[in-house]
Amino acid sequence: MLTRTRNPILFAADITPEAGLDKAMRLSPAEIVSEIERARLRGRGGAGFPTALKWHLARVASGDRKFVVCNADEGEPGTFKDRVLLSAYADLVFEGMTIAARAIGATLGIVYLRGEYAYLLGHLDAILAKRRAANLLGPHIRGVGGFEFDVEIHMGAGAYVCGEETALIESLEGHRGEPRNRPPFPVNTGFFDQPTIVNNVETLALAVRILDRGAEWFTQYGTSASTGSKLFSVSGDCARPGVYEFPMGITIAELLDEVGGAGAKAVQVGGASGHCVPARQFERALAFEDIATGGSVIVFGSHRNMLAVAHNFMTFFVEESCGQCTPCRYGNVALREGIEMLQRGTCSMRHLADLRGLGETMRLASKCGLGQSSPNAFLSIIEHFQDEVLGRARQA
Amino acid sequence: MLEQEQERLGEEIVALADRHGRRRSALLPILQAIHAKYHHISDFAMQEVSSLLAIHPVEVYSVCTFYAFLRKGREGKNVIRLCRTISCDMLDKDKVARQLENDLGLRFGETSKDGRFTLEWANCLGQCDLGPALLVNDQVFTRVDCGKVHEILEGCRGAFGVYGAGHGGHGTHKDAHATEGTPC
Repeated sequence: MLTRTRNPILFAADITPEAGLDKAMRLSPAEIVSEIERARLRGRGGAGFPTALKWHLARVASGDRKFVVCNADEGEPGTFKDRVLLSAYADLVFEGMTIAARAIGATLGIVYLRGEYAYLLGHLDAILAKRRAANLLGPHIRGVGGFEFDVEIHMGAGAYVCGEETALIESLEGHRGEPRNRPPFPVNTGFFDQPTIVNNVETLALAVRILDRGAEWFTQYGTSASTGSKLFSVSGDCARPGVYEFPMGITIAELLDEVGGAGAKAVQVGGASGHCVPARQFERALAFEDIATGGSVIVFGSHRNMLAVAHNFMTFFVEESCGQCTPCRYGNVALREGIEMLQRGTCSMRHLADLRGLGETMRLASKCGLGQSSPNAFLSIIEHFQDEVLGRARQA
Repeated sequence: MLEQEQERLGEEIVALADRHGRRRSALLPILQAIHAKYHHISDFAMQEVSSLLAIHPVEVYSVCTFYAFLRKGREGKNVIRLCRTISCDMLDKDKVARQLENDLGLRFGETSKDGRFTLEWANCLGQCDLGPALLVNDQVFTRVDCGKVHEILEGCRGAFGVYGAGHGGHGTHKDAHATEGTPC
């Protein structure tokens, strides 16, 4: 199921191992960055930050040591593409880290693997050992003196917030996974205050393909603002859940056709922190310029209770908020209580308006992406499913 | 804890600190190793770790309490974590949850008196296409139904008595669809 694909870039059948790395070895670091820049690659974790800009800033930053961090803390509900990449395409990911290291001048790479994926550790360690034996990692990569790079794996321990890049770095340093204020950004003061790039698993794998086949080849897929392909993790009420590769810009309707999701009344795009899109908006495109996403698509059939869905998401955020800032620590609890009031038929319109205001406050005032995005699901479900949410019978 | 046991634990912690380095960034790997072996991070263990890494014991406590996989008191040898997030929820995880409670005689959040089982909820395990999913220690089980609950628990009680003890305890790995109801 993981090969169901259109316009394959990552799930292509003809990937030559290390072709991207060999190409990168012939280029200067600046030339590597400029190839990524011409491909207009944007971060696949969901935020869509231009990868070339991140690499450039880390490349020109001064520091004793530089680090490449692969963010494999795939915790967003409904997201499992990195699980598939690390299972079936781990070499591609490590190759991407090595290319990134050459681009910014890093000597150490760290994979931050979520604790829930600990079962992958043996498999990943074996591949790293093979790469060391083949001179693809270590002191003389490809026999070239002066290019030294190795990769370590650090395990997470069950904290969603550690997918936020500064929380991830805090965790690597042995602290609670509490996000830092940004700026400064990790490209300047990251791991142990050294220049650090934190890239999603998929972004690193795509970088390999861009180096291998060139920016022009990559940009023929997708849209002009969202080039290339995207892996989508599809689950919920559809006939064929799984990981799919589609060009960026595919509409929700087209995607549902491919996965057997006919008759859906809504789709949650981007996981718990994403948006709930009702059927009347299924012509919208999955791309950074329309609905940005890390690739999670959860399909809701016509029989689903959307208030129960919102409650499930808010329970997730109440549990996973790090508790550092007030809007997030308090706001998620208050929104969940509001959903429970709606379920009991005891929520007035005035209170609902207050809850919406609270959601906006959280978006504006939370310290990191968790609290800034956790009201999204609630707000979009309230907006699009008023018929379901309002006018409920009061429960005894 | 017996003095001898304490001594042995102390020596193990020294060995862990030497392996991972006596620096702050080694804190999580050391705590994870202690937890994997003892299913618990005792006050004594926190003290030892803090003095070896030269940080305040409360810093160690603070880190332990932050992470869901380290946070609890004494856990059973088999920690069963059932995913309760939306995709597994829609695949009737409640039924699996009830069967787990029935089979184990435990509620979620409890540990059996014989120390063999802890039953916990988990937030999204990343197996959303294969739900309902649960973890037994490090081991993933997918497409779990009531019948498989019994098989899994019998596996825990069987010859080895424990799945995936410690990180990467299970050598083989296959992704996705060949793994329904069996350890991946």
